[in-house]
Amino acid sequence: MQKQLKELALSAKDKPAPYGLDIDISGFDAKPQRHMYQEDLSKLGDEERKAIEGAGLNLTCEGRSGSYVLMDRSMIHCNIVQPGVEVMDIADAIKKSQNTAGYMWRLVSPDADKYTSNAYLNPPQGYFIHILPGTKALYPVQACLYMGHDRMVQYVHNVVVAEEGAELDIITGCTTGSSLHSGLHVGISEFYVKKGAKVTFTMIHNWSEEVMVRPRTAVLVEESGTFISNYVSMHKVKSVQMYPVAQMKGENSTARFSSILVAPSLSDLDIGAKVFLQAKGARAEIISRAISTGGSIMARGCLIGEVPEVKAHLECRGLLLSEDGLIHAIPELVGKKAGVDLSHEAAVGKIAQDEIEYLMARGISESEATSIIVRGFLNVEIEGLSASLRSEIDKAVEESEKDLF
Amino acid sequence: MLNIENLSVKVGGREVLKNINLTINPGEIHILFGPNGAGKTSLLMTLMGFQGYHVTSGLIILDGEDITRLPVNERAKRGLGISFQRPPTIRGLKTAQLLDICNQHGQDIEKLSYDLALQDFMDRDINYGFSGGEIKRSEMLQLMLQKPSVALLDEPESGVDLENIVILGEAINRLLNKIIPHNAIQSHKEIRELRKESGLIITHTGHILNYIEADIGHVLYNGKLSCMGNPREILHCLEEIGYEECIRCRSN
Repeated sequence: MQKQLKELALSAKDKPAPYGLDIDISGFDAKPQRHMYQEDLSKLGDEERKAIEGAGLNLTCEGRSGSYVLMDRSMIHCNIVQPGVEVMDIADAIKKSQNTAGYMWRLVSPDADKYTSNAYLNPPQGYFIHILPGTKALYPVQACLYMGHDRMVQYVHNVVVAEEGAELDIITGCTTGSSLHSGLHVGISEFYVKKGAKVTFTMIHNWSEEVMVRPRTAVLVEESGTFISNYVSMHKVKSVQMYPVAQMKGENSTARFSSILVAPSLSDLDIGAKVFLQAKGARAEIISRAISTGGSIMARGCLIGEVPEVKAHLECRGLLLSEDGLIHAIPELVGKKAGVDLSHEAAVGKIAQDEIEYLMARGISESEATSIIVRGFLNVEIEGLSASLRSEIDKAVEESEKDLF
Repeated sequence: MLNIENLSVKVGGREVLKNINLTINPGEIHILFGPNGAGKTSLLMTLMGFQGYHVTSGLIILDGEDITRLPVNERAKRGLGISFQRPPTIRGLKTAQLLDICNQHGQDIEKLSYDLALQDFMDRDINYGFSGGEIKRSEMLQLMLQKPSVALLDEPESGVDLENIVILGEAINRLLNKIIPHNAIQSHKEIRELRKESGLIITHTGHILNYIEADIGHVLYNGKLSCMGNPREILHCLEEIGYEECIRCRSN
């Protein structure tokens, strides 16, 4: 099996991805940079601390069921607070149990493109989060993927397994140190949501302006399982291209992908989600709110109804706040059987003048009115989100809004 | 006091208001009648300063200050308030948030929203899925919080059922300080004379006159003010003869 995977990886070493700018990986430094393990995250240097906190990580680890921090290519911190929740480095998890390796490269193929190929061919780093049957994590597990070494490439492979009836929220913050000018982050993530389990995965990207990012995410949802993905990217970044795929294998399974995207000038975001509805009663929703203040956004979404009695909806709304920006919404619906119920709505435009004037008539200035409308636009209502997670997302959006006006 | 002097307005290159002269003194309620397309809403939009309504000549004077070229929010700050006939929906903006914005005088939002039967709308996006009556009540609640000295009401009764029109009539009377308490210390005359709040109300049907006491009526026809007088008398005439009378009036 390993041999076959390696052959697949080798065959795709230079294979461009179907979407996004083609990146010359050889231009990045693949040498590992080693960092010391930190028992106490508050003892990190100022720069690291600031960046990691900025990406939504709680350095005291209070109010968290577990924590994991990857700095460049070394795990520097990992802890678990709640029994039944396992958080560890993926390399350690493989050593500990061969079952872990069985979860790797099952949903994402090494030959998908040059990024998956090179991720396979490099030693794995990343987190393995395993939540035992029936365990309901009291608090979110937090993870931070930090890049501090200039011109580096960071390969990450994360695996999340929620056993039957388990429930878990994960918050992942991705960020860079101030001395990093450019870099490439490749992140493979595989999620297994078993019968009746629920995983909420919130990813907050906080990269710097010359960083390129290629996440490759796939999700398998079994019977009555729920997967909720929330993605927030509101800072300058050179290029992010990702198109996570969910397979709804189990009856009455649910998936929801929500994205809040802001593309400042010179940023290029190509973000989407694809959901295969493969069992009766499966439901899915893809929602994106995209704002361009000069950058480019491709907002993709694809719903594929493969069996009858499935229902899914796709909603993409884009707001152009600058004359130079671009938002391209590409909603796709594929019905393969009668009895699928798929719908979409997409709208791209500028802020309506009548909305601004409506608020101005209540006594507030044009810029305040614009900011209120934008904040409302970004206020995506996500069902099934815990209050603490909602406030984490609100905080991330609020922090970033300051840069918008 | 609002003074409109020789006001002419173009929308999209077409003249929609011609040489309008109108004075609204403190405490007065004026009613503006007129058929569809006469320019009634254009007059209110121009007074508020909305984009697309180009003043080609004339002045708008509020309490002695020329506000003809001021932005919308500055007019609002100086005491002009408007209730929209068809306000836009703003997704993600909760009714409660907008009411907070309007509440510059620290009023009891909860109580007022209860009075206007809007207490269950606080967490809803403003105007999203609101019925005709709910929109009008929400508009009125916003105005009551703003406490304008001159309130511009654009067809407050259109698309509203009987039950709602009673609530709205009551709200307009409160907004314009027309309700005199039974145990008032001052005489009614004194209260009337001290009243500062004034209003300009557009009505198409005149139904609102059954719920509020208006002082002066005007007819706007084809962009021109064609007559002025007792609002009930004007309404009666319009009901009997229709706007044909305006044509005859203008040709004399």
